[in-house]
Amino acid sequence: MHNKKQKLVVIGNGMAGMRTIEELLSAAPEQYDITVFGAEPYGNYNRIMLSAVLAGDKTIEDIVINNRQWYIDNHITLHAGESKAVISIERGLQKVIAKDGTTADYDRLLIATGSKAVVPDVTGCDLDGVISFRDIVDVNKMLAYSRSHKKAVVLGGGLLGLEAANGLVLRGMDVTVIHNHDVLLNRQMDKPAGLLLQTELEKKGIKFKMAAKLKCLLGDANKHITTVSFEDGSELDCDLFIMAIGVRPNIILAKRAGLYCERGIVVNDTLQSYDPSIYAVGECIQHRGDTFGLVAPLFEQAKVCANHLSAHGVAEYITLPTATKLKVTGIHLFSIGDIQGDKQCESLCFSDSALGIYKKLVLKDDKLVGAVLYGDTADGVWYQQLLEQETNISVLRDGLIFGKIYSSNTSNWVI
Amino acid sequence: MTKTILTTCPYCGVGCGISATVYEDQRQIKINGDHSHPANFGRLCSKGSALGDTVELKGRLLQPQVYGRETDWIEALDLVADSFKAVIKKYGADAVAFYGSGQLLTEDYYVANKLMKGFIGSGNMDTNSRLCMSSSVAGHKRAFGSDTVPNCYEDYEHAELIILIGSNTAWCHPVSFQRICAAKEANPALKIVVIDPRRTASCDIADLHLPLASGSDAWLFNGLLSYLYEHDALDSAYIEAHTEGFIESRDSINNVSTVQVAEHCQLNAEDVQQFYDWFVHTDKVLSLYSQGINQSSSGTDKVNAIINCHLATGKLGKVGSGALSLTGQPNAMGGREVGGMANQLAAHIEFSDVDKVARFWNAPHTTKKAGLTAVELFDAIHEGKIKAVWIMGTNPVVSLPNADKVKQALQGCEFVVVSDCIANTDTTALAHVLLPAQGWSEKDGTVTNSERRISRQRALFKPAGAAKPDWWIITQIARRMGFETEFNYQNPVDIFREHAALSGFENNGQRDFDISAYAEISATEYDQFQPTQWPVNAAYPQGRARMFADGQFFTPSGKARFIAVTPRPPVNQPTADYPLILNTGRLRDQWHTMTRTALAAKLNQHKPEPFVEIHPNDATHYGLQANGLAHLESQWGSMIARVQLTENKLGSVFVPMHWTEQYASHGRMGALVNPVVDPISKQPESKHTPVRIRPYTPVWQGFILSRRELKITDVDYWIKSKGDGFYRYELAGDTLPDDWRDYVRKNLCNSTAENPQWQDYQDTAKGVYRAARLLDEQLESVIFIAADHHLPERSWLSMLCAKAELTKAERMALLTGSPPVGGADVGAILCACFNVGEKTILAVIKEQGLTTHQQVGQCLKAGTNCGSCIPEIKALFE
Repeated sequence: MHNKKQKLVVIGNGMAGMRTIEELLSAAPEQYDITVFGAEPYGNYNRIMLSAVLAGDKTIEDIVINNRQWYIDNHITLHAGESKAVISIERGLQKVIAKDGTTADYDRLLIATGSKAVVPDVTGCDLDGVISFRDIVDVNKMLAYSRSHKKAVVLGGGLLGLEAANGLVLRGMDVTVIHNHDVLLNRQMDKPAGLLLQTELEKKGIKFKMAAKLKCLLGDANKHITTVSFEDGSELDCDLFIMAIGVRPNIILAKRAGLYCERGIVVNDTLQSYDPSIYAVGECIQHRGDTFGLVAPLFEQAKVCANHLSAHGVAEYITLPTATKLKVTGIHLFSIGDIQGDKQCESLCFSDSALGIYKKLVLKDDKLVGAVLYGDTADGVWYQQLLEQETNISVLRDGLIFGKIYSSNTSNWVI
Repeated sequence: MTKTILTTCPYCGVGCGISATVYEDQRQIKINGDHSHPANFGRLCSKGSALGDTVELKGRLLQPQVYGRETDWIEALDLVADSFKAVIKKYGADAVAFYGSGQLLTEDYYVANKLMKGFIGSGNMDTNSRLCMSSSVAGHKRAFGSDTVPNCYEDYEHAELIILIGSNTAWCHPVSFQRICAAKEANPALKIVVIDPRRTASCDIADLHLPLASGSDAWLFNGLLSYLYEHDALDSAYIEAHTEGFIESRDSINNVSTVQVAEHCQLNAEDVQQFYDWFVHTDKVLSLYSQGINQSSSGTDKVNAIINCHLATGKLGKVGSGALSLTGQPNAMGGREVGGMANQLAAHIEFSDVDKVARFWNAPHTTKKAGLTAVELFDAIHEGKIKAVWIMGTNPVVSLPNADKVKQALQGCEFVVVSDCIANTDTTALAHVLLPAQGWSEKDGTVTNSERRISRQRALFKPAGAAKPDWWIITQIARRMGFETEFNYQNPVDIFREHAALSGFENNGQRDFDISAYAEISATEYDQFQPTQWPVNAAYPQGRARMFADGQFFTPSGKARFIAVTPRPPVNQPTADYPLILNTGRLRDQWHTMTRTALAAKLNQHKPEPFVEIHPNDATHYGLQANGLAHLESQWGSMIARVQLTENKLGSVFVPMHWTEQYASHGRMGALVNPVVDPISKQPESKHTPVRIRPYTPVWQGFILSRRELKITDVDYWIKSKGDGFYRYELAGDTLPDDWRDYVRKNLCNSTAENPQWQDYQDTAKGVYRAARLLDEQLESVIFIAADHHLPERSWLSMLCAKAELTKAERMALLTGSPPVGGADVGAILCACFNVGEKTILAVIKEQGLTTHQQVGQCLKAGTNCGSCIPEIKALFE
């Protein structure tokens, strides 16, 4: 009976891959012999909580999702560590090979190799002290620098960059965020919300250089970063440089194996690649033109993928608008959908500057198509529902921005 | 330090006694009804009760002003006296005029009339009482030979049928109405008939409401006279013994049937029949009439048509039976007693007896002819015939018909003096000289109410600023004009004594008004004066409740006169261009031009905005929406008002009379009213002007509530009213500001230094903008703008303005315009992804006996997205 089990190999011990396995175990616990390869020497941890670890709100222990015992309990073979990084997929033999020569045969292969930080196209990115913010190794480096060095520069005023900056400030560093746009989180926030956010982060001690054009990074004789240089001629002293200008799918292995890739591994609505025995989930994939960087769609992909791996074969993956949040203590922001809107869109705006609250809802044809909430995100989920369900909001409109509790308030107007 | 002072209410003609507890140091008073006063026995209406809120110094005229500059009394008085003298010298006495008010005390009125008629030598002393009850005066004089009110308030409690004619007593004379209500309660057999085109609040107690066609009252009462004759209901003995002219009167009517009357008056014949039957079969019938009768081009005839019926049945001046004109103002009657109107002399002396006055005053130049009445007087100013006018305590730019012309007249007048207690009125705005008069709470003197009862108004406070009593101001001018000895009064009682003496001067029972018993009244007696109904003389030392019960009148024959009345419709009938009839009138909680009542927040709640009542069918026909705005236009002027649908007569609209440019951009109804007057009384026909109406559809509408008073001037339509701790502005505009945010920050703030906190909401596509300005946790102001009139109730937001601190829930609900509802306390948010609160999670753990965070996730989704809250959820199990 044991022999009848099919073999499932997973490349990538991260959140997408392991969520897929969790879903699979719950749907078809006996179907596969499962082998997992991970380049990091840990069990599976919650990568999006690294910011909390950096900020000191959580320990690494806190963010572990599945420890090694879990793999044992679930009869999963785990190959974890740098030497266990998979270097080759032999599609013809249906086998994968790790750096140290470990191999595993598969009937089904799940690729969940995640993403890599985008490296800016300037000189000096190879200097010591220039790192990304992707894993526990990065966090440990940052913590070490924070104990010995003073000046940190974070490239990128997106979610990850701001969380990194917040963590480093809390760890006592002098942090400047450099951003190529005049609005922070410019993909999720409009200008008023971005300014509120910037003000609040400035209060926390983070400095900003907005609309900045990076020229190059300069180092000392030991090839360690010393200076950040800008097109406008200005410079910043720098001991630690964090690159946080986005990620791109990690597809080196897939490409080398000849799988069809564009920006990511191209998958269909069942998360299957162009090779029918190979599935892929998470930040390494490209689905209907989209790539991914937030956790919510990954979990949805895991559910759909597990459904197909378990041969139920009914689920289809659809990318829904994803809500954005910033994990900085005391800062509440929420963004979903089309927050700029086009000419056919109408917008509702609310602000209470003293309370640091700003809300903007974008409407089109009496439906909610985008929302930015800053300071008061209590109704984010409600707006997400209205948006996903394409609810006609014309009767709610007058009270809509005031939230679910208050939305019926205006209905008792007498005149 | 408090003291309690008995005084009299300064509003309507009921003349209620007030017991005021005075806190002199705080300039505050507590108002109670005076239980000993026979007009009200302790009752007060909303306006009287709120008097304490109107005695503040804010807005008071406290210093004389000359051409916009503050000055002292000497310069101001010299300028007025010199200017009047110069005009008189150059153009003659008839080139000057005084325009007084039923708000003046009898002593003030007396010296004003004495100065103009006796010493300047012109008849040009008229008063706003012309707009109020001059038709009653003329009707009384025609019927009784004197301006005598035959009955009294006590008759309310004795009558078996009370007829309210052209009187919304419930709102305009509320304490009289309360007494009538109490009488009906005590005697359910008491029948109440209301005769009024409108269904007013007074109809609440009516057994029968006759919504007759506007101006058709004389048909109804002529019909009654005919009915009385036809049904053998006359008191022939009384007619024979005490009246003359009955036959002519009866014959002029020509036996109209109730059906004909009903047709003419647009009434049900059965209702008319019912009314007539009750009149015939009731012994004690009391007719109370007011502006619906008086403000008419046939007002005098209507008064006589009513009195005719009482004469024909002998129901006059008897207990519970008679006719009682409800006067509008607190001292309209006092004004009549001293000859405050242009066609009267003092003490009810006729021009034919002018010699008596001249001799009494030692004033050989006393005018021998009547002067110009209100409408004529302002026409003469407009024409430049009158070069200098002194307006005392009234606001003709608002209250006179064709009020825009009155405004133009004053704008073009060489010399305009206004004495008033309020600094900014539509009329003070046009004055060259402003003289600060003492207000109600500071003045001393007497007033006479509708039932001939003289009462004291007593000073409660020291004068405000440099304010002086009106009598003092007038006598100072008189002295400066060269009449020092004739106007050498030291205090009101000096004037009162002279007034009383004149009333008895060569009277010998020839004149009704005789208070000669007071000719020697001491200062102490004057101070302790008890409310008394004139006459008060040797024959009636304690006064007299009713007149004419003995059948003795003041005509040469001693008999009352029937007046043959040929009913006339109002002068200006609706046309294709102006198809609706405009009716005007008072509201319950405002007085005249709101200069004082609008200071009391609680009086502004009832009706905070000028409105137009219109029948729903008419509203549909003219495209008007309930609570939308309407533009009303007559041949003479226009106004804008909020539409209120009321089931009244088709083709008829009603607007309140009170709003001025101080409180509304387009609320002056006087601008529309036709300058048509009764040929005898010269009282304007304010109840009937042809108008047209159309929707006013501004681009935006809105309101502001603000703790501080704002200067809202650059808005096309605005209404201002004072609330309890805030000011309310109703607004509308024909153009949108470039940016509402900029607009409110400019207009709702005095200075940027205050560092206010702003809350804004904008739905540009729908034309919606709302904002609140907060200072610390307190709401300073709030503005709501919409594309139309769909805006929230102001009450909750108003209440928030008065709160010292807003709760978070109130603050977050603020711009919804409605109080927060049903916001259950979910506790601190643990799962930010799904917005699940700690209390919600604890509740579900307890209810369902959960043991793991996964179970919580299944129930509430909490912790199933980013998972960062799982440690906190786990902690909840401990």
